[in-house]
Amino acid sequence: MKKNESIIFKRFIQVTGLLSVVLVAALLIGLSIGSSGGGMAAVWKGFLKTEPSDPVLMTILWKIRLPRVLLAALVGGALSLGGLVFQALLRNPLAEPYILGISGGSAIGAIIGILLGLSQFPGITLTSFGGSLATLLLIVGISTGQSILRKNALLLSGVMVNAFCSAVIMFLVSMTQDTRLHNIIFWLMGDLSLGSLQQTAILTVFLVPCFIVIFMYANTMNLMLMGKEMAQSMGVHIRRANLILLVTTSLMVSVCVSQCGLIGFVGLVIPHLFRLLLGPDHRVLLPACILGGGAYMVLCDLVARALPQQGELPAGVITALVGAPLFVYLLKRSNP
Amino acid sequence: MTSGIVLKNVQYAYARSRVLKGLSFSIHPGDFFIIIGPNGSGKTTLMRLICGLEKPSSGRVNIFGQPIQSYNRKRLAKEIAFVPQSTPLDFPFTVFDVVLMGRSPYQGMLGLENQTDLEKARQAIEFTGITKLVTRKISQLSGGERQLAFIARAICQEPKVLLLDEPTASLDLAHQIHIMDLMEKLQAEKNITIVMVSHDVNLAAMYASRLLLLKKGEIAHIGSTEAVLTYQNLEASYGCPLLVDQNPMGAVPRVTLVPGKYIPK
Repeated sequence: MKKNESIIFKRFIQVTGLLSVVLVAALLIGLSIGSSGGGMAAVWKGFLKTEPSDPVLMTILWKIRLPRVLLAALVGGALSLGGLVFQALLRNPLAEPYILGISGGSAIGAIIGILLGLSQFPGITLTSFGGSLATLLLIVGISTGQSILRKNALLLSGVMVNAFCSAVIMFLVSMTQDTRLHNIIFWLMGDLSLGSLQQTAILTVFLVPCFIVIFMYANTMNLMLMGKEMAQSMGVHIRRANLILLVTTSLMVSVCVSQCGLIGFVGLVIPHLFRLLLGPDHRVLLPACILGGGAYMVLCDLVARALPQQGELPAGVITALVGAPLFVYLLKRSNP
Repeated sequence: MTSGIVLKNVQYAYARSRVLKGLSFSIHPGDFFIIIGPNGSGKTTLMRLICGLEKPSSGRVNIFGQPIQSYNRKRLAKEIAFVPQSTPLDFPFTVFDVVLMGRSPYQGMLGLENQTDLEKARQAIEFTGITKLVTRKISQLSGGERQLAFIARAICQEPKVLLLDEPTASLDLAHQIHIMDLMEKLQAEKNITIVMVSHDVNLAAMYASRLLLLKKGEIAHIGSTEAVLTYQNLEASYGCPLLVDQNPMGAVPRVTLVPGKYIPK
């Protein structure tokens, strides 16, 4: 056991390195395949400028596919991380932004934005963001008694808020009869097709600071897994850590939802998968979830684009189709 | 003299019921201090106040001459370590990981360990005698082994005071005596003040240098084991007939339950 530097630091570097390669590979595959053809070889040649490239293909690549795969990677990473944080915070494997109703609130905000005929950015983003923050405050408000964040109180109020949000969404959808209905439903199922480079840049500006803040609390999350009392007796400021993590994660999730709609199960499946593979240390799990979740999302979106003969599926359909059975399998396997 | 832990007129109310009703006492450095008393007498609450998990409704808690509020969490963690009664087990950390977590008050936010931290963790593991368990998952250990791992974690924290909430509850006899011996060794060799809540009056009699008997949130008796563990004191607090004689192994009281004589109030 003679080590000159932290074992965890080495593992962090290893996992980050390996999964960065996976993410880059996923991004390249995502770039290469699409309805207007191209294929790996043509894309590569175009990028490396070894031969004159097809200008139409290059335009599609830069204007449509590149923003889309980047958006998918960012959203996948953020949603996976959101799931990881909520699971640690609530010490509950079922915790996820969707289950807590934060995404539902965001969706109501976005639908109102769509119905009001606002633009994608900043209009819908802002209404959606407002919706998710309102839900967050509502959930925290309901579950705050003597101490903030009692495990079950928060989860239960989340479930209730989520049920209420679903009802409101159904109501709004039922009342809508024109072409906006299609937009809403597509958006609800999780849609990455509206990505632009500008949108991706905005998202990066929002998400990267969130990633950093949460990473600063990675070790704190480890200690919090030992129970509130033990964590506190080891010097953790529980209330502060809970608040910062909860608010940061909610911001992160609501920004994603406002951009891409409801993409579920990423935050449930990816953290569980990596926890089984890499163990419980959040300092390793955190980069794994961001990079691995990003790669997973890119591939899911790729399937959503490539599978139908005409048009495309919303990516959220694929993540749920893949995620739900995988989740059940993981659950069975980890509970002998 | 240098004060250890001093409580002055400490009250604690929870949901309108007064759990602690104005306690004043002190725990001296180097004490093996055991808190006993019936269920609901406020033992656990008292312990939580001493390690800063709860704030008293009124009164003062002083740690080494300074009010407990003047400590920030990390600084308090270097003075006082705590082994709670129960710990959630839904995390597959290894024993070594858990013990190493005890170093977190000394580390930066990311908890990256250095050579000293690893060395301290190894020492704590050796001291507790759990070297064989280091690579095992904490969730797969028996109750006794797990308790030892959590104690090693607390030792690794290098506190001046170690608080334990019923550390021997629901453990087998060998683990009970192992843990109590370990605490005695810790107190004797490292001069760590031990503060413990216990339901086992006989274990308390054998190890405590001072005893506190709580009854309904008030101090019933405090002092040496001989002074506190009389049948009058115990029967008055616990409300059941008891036989108290001398332990044949030495000059400590021995408490025996008397079957068939309990009259519910």
